[in-house]
Amino acid sequence: MDGARMWHVFAGGNDFQWCFSQVKGAIDEDVAEADIISTVEFNYSGELLATGDKGGRVVIFQHEQESKNRPHLRGEYNVYSTFQSHEPEFDYLKSLEIEEKINKIRWLPQQNAAHFLLSTNDKTIKLWKISERDKRAEGYNLKDEDGRLRDPFRITSLRVPVLMPMDLMVEASPRRIFANAHTYHINSISVNSDHETYLSADDLRINLWHLEITDRSFNIVDIKPANMEELTEVITAAECHPHQCNVFVYSSSKGTIRLCDMRAAALCDRHSKFFEEPEDPSSRSFFSEIISSISDVKFSHSGRYMMTRDYLSVKVWDLNMENRPVETYQVHEYLRSKLCSLYENDCIFDKFECCWNGSDSAIMTGSYNNFFRMFDRNTRRDITLEASRESSKPRATLKPRKVSTGGKRKKDEISVDSLDFNKKILHTAWHPKDNVIAVAATNNLYIFQDKIN
Amino acid sequence: AAAAAAEVGGPCRADGDDSLYPIAVLIDELRNEDVQLRLNSIKKLSTIALALGVERTRTELLPFLTDTIYDEDEVLLALAEQLGNFTMLVGGPEYVHCLLPPLESLATVEETVVRDKAVESLRKISQEHSPVDLEVHFEPLVKRLASGDWFTSRTSACGLFSVCYPRVSSTVKAEIRQHFRTLCSDDTPMVRRAAASKLGEFAKVLELDYVKSDIISLFTALASDEQDSVRLLAVEACVSIATLLPQEDLETLVMPTLRQAAEDKSWRVRYMVADKFSELQKAVGPEITKNDLVPAFQNLLKDCEAEVRAAAANKVKEFCENLPEDSREQIIMTHILPCVKELVSDTNQHVKSALASVIMGLSTILGKDNTIEHLLPLFLAQLKDECPEVRLNIISNLDCVNEVIGIRQLSQSLLPAIVELAEDAKWRVRLAIIEYMPLLAGQLGVEFFDEKLNTLCMAWLIDHVYAIREAATCNLMKLVEKFGAEWAQNTIVPKVLGMANDPNYLHRMTTLFCLKLYWLLFFENTFALSEACGQDITTKQMLPVVLKMSNDQVANVRFNVAKSLQKIGPVLDSNALQAEVKPVLEKLATDTDMDVKYFAQEAISGKVFHLLSLCKKTLNDVSRILHVRYLCINELCSSLLFTVLALA
Repeated sequence: MDGARMWHVFAGGNDFQWCFSQVKGAIDEDVAEADIISTVEFNYSGELLATGDKGGRVVIFQHEQESKNRPHLRGEYNVYSTFQSHEPEFDYLKSLEIEEKINKIRWLPQQNAAHFLLSTNDKTIKLWKISERDKRAEGYNLKDEDGRLRDPFRITSLRVPVLMPMDLMVEASPRRIFANAHTYHINSISVNSDHETYLSADDLRINLWHLEITDRSFNIVDIKPANMEELTEVITAAECHPHQCNVFVYSSSKGTIRLCDMRAAALCDRHSKFFEEPEDPSSRSFFSEIISSISDVKFSHSGRYMMTRDYLSVKVWDLNMENRPVETYQVHEYLRSKLCSLYENDCIFDKFECCWNGSDSAIMTGSYNNFFRMFDRNTRRDITLEASRESSKPRATLKPRKVSTGGKRKKDEISVDSLDFNKKILHTAWHPKDNVIAVAATNNLYIFQDKIN
Repeated sequence: AAAAAAEVGGPCRADGDDSLYPIAVLIDELRNEDVQLRLNSIKKLSTIALALGVERTRTELLPFLTDTIYDEDEVLLALAEQLGNFTMLVGGPEYVHCLLPPLESLATVEETVVRDKAVESLRKISQEHSPVDLEVHFEPLVKRLASGDWFTSRTSACGLFSVCYPRVSSTVKAEIRQHFRTLCSDDTPMVRRAAASKLGEFAKVLELDYVKSDIISLFTALASDEQDSVRLLAVEACVSIATLLPQEDLETLVMPTLRQAAEDKSWRVRYMVADKFSELQKAVGPEITKNDLVPAFQNLLKDCEAEVRAAAANKVKEFCENLPEDSREQIIMTHILPCVKELVSDTNQHVKSALASVIMGLSTILGKDNTIEHLLPLFLAQLKDECPEVRLNIISNLDCVNEVIGIRQLSQSLLPAIVELAEDAKWRVRLAIIEYMPLLAGQLGVEFFDEKLNTLCMAWLIDHVYAIREAATCNLMKLVEKFGAEWAQNTIVPKVLGMANDPNYLHRMTTLFCLKLYWLLFFENTFALSEACGQDITTKQMLPVVLKMSNDQVANVRFNVAKSLQKIGPVLDSNALQAEVKPVLEKLATDTDMDVKYFAQEAISGKVFHLLSLCKKTLNDVSRILHVRYLCINELCSSLLFTVLALA
C-alpha cells in the first residue's frame, strides 16, 4: 500500500471504504468467559496476527498469499498456531489466585526463520518461539518401518536416519519464563529498540529485563509510597520509544504521562518530561479523575508523537510539547451524561486501547455496542463502524453508524439509551503496512480491509 | 585417532556382529523423545562417527545433523561443541570443510549460547583448513553468514573475520574488510553490537595502516552510535585498539573518542569507561594518563549516577597503583584524594562500600606519614558509617593498614565500630563481624583482645539467634587455635563451663557445643602440636560437667549430652569411657523421652563404631564390597554396622 492512499483513509467516495473480510470465533450467543479475547497484536511485517484470551490461550493467524481463484480478495488470515500460554495458578504464600488471562502480547523483531513473542498474564511473562518444521527423520536401526523390533543380534549394518519431507508442522515452544518480579498486576510489556531488553509495568513499578536473562530484572520506576495510604496514583500503561533505546513513557491514573530517559540515571524516578493538560475547572465533577485515567499509551511509528486514550477521548501529543495535546478526538462524548450509571455498572473502569495506522495518519480505538472509531488526523474526519455478524458477508461494505445525541433521533441513528454496554471493543490492531484492521469483539475477532473502488 | 578412524572406517563387519548393537542404539537415540537420551547420544557422536567410518560420516551423518537444528538448546550446544573436534572423524584436514554446513546452520539459531559455541567451533576448525580450502570453502561461508537475511547469521559472521583474515590473499582481505565495515553499520543493533564487540579482535589481525584507516573510522562511528548498548561496547574495543597504535597516534586517533565516551550522556557508557579504567590506563600509557585520564577519573568519581561512582570507586586503588611513579604521590594527593574524601560521605551506600573495599590499599602506596595524616581520618569516618557494609569492608581489609602504620592507630575507633556491629539488630551483620574476629584477633594481639573483645565473643555465645551462637562457638575454636591451649584454659574454659549452670537451657546447650568442638580440636591437634595439657585437663575438667548435664531437666540438653558423648568418645581414654561415660549413656538409653533414648542408643552403638574407625582401611574395603560408597560412614545404621563387623 502506498503512502498516498493511506493518507486519506476515509477521505470520501474517491478513495475506499472498509469492508468485511473475516470473522473468527464461535457464533453462539452463549459466550464462555475463557474465550473472551484480551489482546490483539500484529507482528512487525503484518504477516502474523496474534490474539490472547482469558483462558490463557494464544492464537496466531497467518496471512495467506492472494489466491488466483479469488483475485478480489487480498489474502485471508488463517490459523497458524494455537497454544496454551498460561495456566491458572495459585500463590500459596499470599493465598492469591493468579488468572491465566493474557494481558498483553508483544512480538519481537524477527531474527531468524522462527517468530518470537512475549505474552504475559498478571504476574509472569513468557517468551515463545513459533517455528516451522517440514522434515522428519526416518529409518531406525532397532526397528523396521512398521515399528517392529529387530533382533539385536542380527544387525549387520548401521543405518543413519534420513530426513524426508513431511506436512508442515508449526510448533510453539516456551523459551524463557520471566517470573517473580511483579508484586502487582502487569499491565504492559514493551520491547526496546535495542532488541535485547524489554520493560514490564505493573500498577506501581516498571522493570527492565534482558531478553536472555530470566533470573534478574532492574527496577527502573517505583512509585510505591512508603505508606500505602498515601497512594494517589497508579501506573496504567508503559511503552518504549520505537527508535530511541533510552526513552520510555508511562501513563498514570491521574491522566498524566511521564517520559523518562534511561541514560540519565539507573533509576528513572525522576522524569525528563511530564505531559499534562490543565483541567478545565468548569467541567469538573465527581467522575473527573476516573475518566481522565489513561488506559493506553502508544508511540507513533515515527516516534514523534504519542497517543493516549482516556475514558471519553483520544489525545495525540507531540513529544516536544508537554503542556497540552496537539490533537484531541472525542470517542463517545454522548456518554458524559451517563457517567453515573456507567459508574454503577463498573463500565467507567473499562480499559480501552488505541492504535495507529502504518503511516501514523489515522488512529483507531473502541467503544460500546461493538462500535469502533477511526480518526483521520489530516482531514480531522471521524467515523464510527460496527463489528457485527449482520454485516459479515464477504466484501460487505461497513456502513457508518451514528449515535443520536440530540432529542430527536434521525433515521439510521441509534439512541444512547439503546447502546449495549456489554458489547465493548477494547482491543484493536492495525496492520503495520496495509489497511487491514483486527477488532476484538468479546469472543470474536473481526478482520476488515479496504475496498478499492 | 586418524589410524583408529581408518581401521574402523571400512565397510561394517558382516554377519550380525553384536558390537554394532550399542552403536545402533546410539544412532537411534539421536532422536529419542527423551532429551537426556538425545543429549547422551550427541555427546557420543565421535563413537558413532568412528563406527560409521569417515566416508559415511561425511555423506550420511553430517547431512542429517545439518538439518537437525530443531532440537533443544542443550542438544544443539553439545552438537556445536562436538563438531569442533570432528576433523579426524571426517577424514582429516583434507575433508574438514565437510563440517561447515552443520556448523553454518547452528550459527543461525536464535539461542546465543548455541551460536557462540558454533562460532567457537568454526574458529577452531578454520585453523585446520589449508590456505586454499580456507578461500574455497571457509571464506564463502563467512560471506554467506555476513550477508544473511537474518541477523543471527550476521552476528555470527562478526566472530569469524579475524580467524580467516591473516591467511587469505590480499583481494580476499579487502573483501573481508568491506564485509566487516558493512556489518558495523547494519540496521539491527544486534549486529552492530556483535561487530563492536569483535572490533578489537579484528583490529589485532589487521595491518597497522588499515587499523589507522579502517578500524579507527569504524570505532569512531560505533562509539557515537544511537544505541547506548553499541556505544558501551566500543569502550571495550578502545582498549585493544589503543594497545595496537603507536603512542604518537593515540592522541589524534583514539583520545577524542575516549574523551567523548567518558562524558557520554548515557550513564551505562560512562559506567563502562569506569569499569574498564585500569585497562584503558595501561593501554594509553603514562603521559596520556597524566594529562587526560586523571581529570576523566576525577569526573567519574564525581559522576551524578551512583552506579558510575561506585564503579570508579572500585578502581581507585588500581588506578593509583598504576600511575607513573615519578608523579604518583603528587597526583593522588592533589587530584584523587579530594574526590575520595567526598566519596566517604556519599549519599549512596553502594558507592561508600565500594570505596571502603579498596581505600585501605592506598596506604601502602602513600606510605606511613601520608596515611596517618590524610587517610586515617577517612578510615575512621568509614568505620563510623551508618551502613554496616561499609564498616565491614573497612574491617575486612585491615591487614593493608596494619603493614603500614600498625593497627593500633585505629584501635580507638575500631573498637566502637566492632562493638556496634557486634550488637547490630540484623543478625546477618553480627554473623559477618564474627567471621572477621579471628583475623582481628591475629592483628590486634592477645592482650588487646583479652582486654576489649573477649567479652563480645562470649556475649555472642548467648545470642538469641542460633546461627550466631553456632558461629560464636566456631569462632572460639579458631581463637583457641590462634592463641593456644593455655590461653583457652585460662580465659575461655572457665566461662564456658560456668554457662553449664545457666538457667536458660539454650545457653546450657551452647556449653555442650563448645566443649564438644574443643575436645575434637584437641583430639585433632594432639599429635601435631603435642599440647602438654591436652587430654588430661579436658578429661578432668570438662567430662564431669558434661556428665552432670545428663541429669538436666530439659530433654534437649540430655540428648545433646548423648550426641556430644558419641562425638568425643573416641578421644577419651578407655578407662573413662568404661567407668564414666558408659553408665551415663546406659542411663540415658532408658530415659522417658524418646529422643534422648534414641540418641543414647546411637551413641552406644556409635562408640563401638568409633573403635572401628581406627582400622579405617579395612572398613573402606568392606564398604566398597557392600556397595555403600555413597553412605557416609557416620550415617551407617547399627544393623549395617554389625554386618560390617562380621565381615571385618
